[in-house]
Amino acid sequence: MKIDKNTTLKIAKLSRIKIDESEIDELSSQLSSIVDWVEQLNEVNTDTVEPLSNVSMAKLPLRKDIENLKDNSEEVLSNAPDKLEKYFAVPKVVE
Amino acid sequence: MEFTTIKETSEQLKNKKISIKELSEIFIDRINNNLNLNAFIYFNKENIHHQITSHFDKKSLLNGIPLAIKDLFCTKSMPTTAGSKILKDFQPPYESFVTHKLLNEGAIFLGKTNCDEFAMGSSNTTSYFGSVVNPLSLKNKPLVPGGSSGGSAAAVAANLCLGATGTDTGGSIRQPASFCGVVGIKPTYGLCSRWGIVAFASSLDQAGIFTNNVNDSAILMQAIAGHDSHDSTSANIKIPNYFESINADLSGKTVGIPSEYHVPGIPEEINVVWEKAIKVLERGGVKIKNISLPHTKYALPAYYIIAPAEASSNLARYDGVKYGLRSKNNTSLDEMYEMTRSEGFGKEVKRRVLIGTYVLSAGYYDAYYLKAQKVRTLIANDFMNAYKDCDFILTPTTPSAAFPIGDKEDDPIKMYLNDVFTVPASLAGIPGISIPFGKSQQGLPLGIQLLCKHFDEQTLFNAASYLEKNYE
Repeated sequence: MKIDKNTTLKIAKLSRIKIDESEIDELSSQLSSIVDWVEQLNEVNTDTVEPLSNVSMAKLPLRKDIENLKDNSEEVLSNAPDKLEKYFAVPKVVE
Repeated sequence: MEFTTIKETSEQLKNKKISIKELSEIFIDRINNNLNLNAFIYFNKENIHHQITSHFDKKSLLNGIPLAIKDLFCTKSMPTTAGSKILKDFQPPYESFVTHKLLNEGAIFLGKTNCDEFAMGSSNTTSYFGSVVNPLSLKNKPLVPGGSSGGSAAAVAANLCLGATGTDTGGSIRQPASFCGVVGIKPTYGLCSRWGIVAFASSLDQAGIFTNNVNDSAILMQAIAGHDSHDSTSANIKIPNYFESINADLSGKTVGIPSEYHVPGIPEEINVVWEKAIKVLERGGVKIKNISLPHTKYALPAYYIIAPAEASSNLARYDGVKYGLRSKNNTSLDEMYEMTRSEGFGKEVKRRVLIGTYVLSAGYYDAYYLKAQKVRTLIANDFMNAYKDCDFILTPTTPSAAFPIGDKEDDPIKMYLNDVFTVPASLAGIPGISIPFGKSQQGLPLGIQLLCKHFDEQTLFNAASYLEKNYE
């Protein structure tokens, strides 16, 4: 299997997703079969091919650097699970 | 008057045969009588009444026209969930570009339609708010509407609205349109702004439209297209009047028939419908040209590297801090992140985030992500070469008719194969439209897909209009 239990736990950690012990085996096998399946791309010779990351015809535009003094902190914070004055609040990180 | 098309309904409104309020009540009743379809995540009578009492008439075909909005578009007056538990209480503080344009034309929003969670799915079964039922389901056998924009496709098919928005990343408009027997168009990447659309895979995501006929799709497409400085991939081009310019005379045009879309193991009825469409085109004076898109079979695996990779990056924002769900298990910041995402995301979303993280992780990036991007170049080049010999391409939309809810759930790859005919165009960024063109042996709708060059939506509407008129 390409993706064993430890690899699954490692990428779950990188993804910041807690995986339940009972799910690990099934998940590892599903992820492995997906990775096995996408590896058919190795049949294609791409030695001289450039990667395509943007199919848009638009040129990356520049905008004028104009100061915006509008205070929209209320809107920005309107969906925050926890806030304190004009800040997002999170669990304590330093003792 | 049945009130199933925008064009006719708009005339009725203009000639005061019916008021916007009366029209809305008809659709509110229809939705209430079809709650079993589970097509809407948000539907609230008071909200609609409020829109009507504060309505200003606009000089537009869309004035007063009741539409449904996929719940992936941020709407200031309605919650936006993306079909996910993690956003179940999210109320956007701003309006998406596409919905803003529709409101400016005077459209009425009936509600927000159900979809696969974060648009990841081909069956609408990954929604936190439950599966949508295909309105054409056979007796005692609920069928999927397709996905991810399944609620929008079902709502249009059941006449619960006169048109609906969708988004298409790898087939999420065209596949459900085919399964529900309606018209679905995904325009060129960059034609519509992605501003305010909950992001899945940013290099592929595009807004589009579901309607009951080609004329209406041209009307709505024109309304939502256009440049927006908030989206740096949005194209700054003049948008034609697609509807007024429709010319269903195709004589002298050439259609490309790609041999690679003859996939082994596909039900014969799919090829029958395809053959029939070819014959109908031939009768209209269209030259039939056999073409080759040699890298077609690599489109799906390339897509299932690129889309999850971009999704894993895009979905990093759901961390329980700025908006959305926060887990009660939050004694430390790390635990809060991990538990929030574990409780908030469904199975398919987790799988894709994990795959995306894997293919982007140190040591694997070149082997997977970069490789897939190179294959993407080859797929895009296939289309560019093909268009030297033809004006548009005709293919089936899906490899099967709608299947029962619960099928293909045991094996993610089986589910992914639904998009075998729609993903290549998504990778190339070219536009595609699916129109109903026949029935399966069980009597379920089957769609046919037309593909064109970048920004040549007019040719799509022309060819689709011809096929629609000449389908008997």
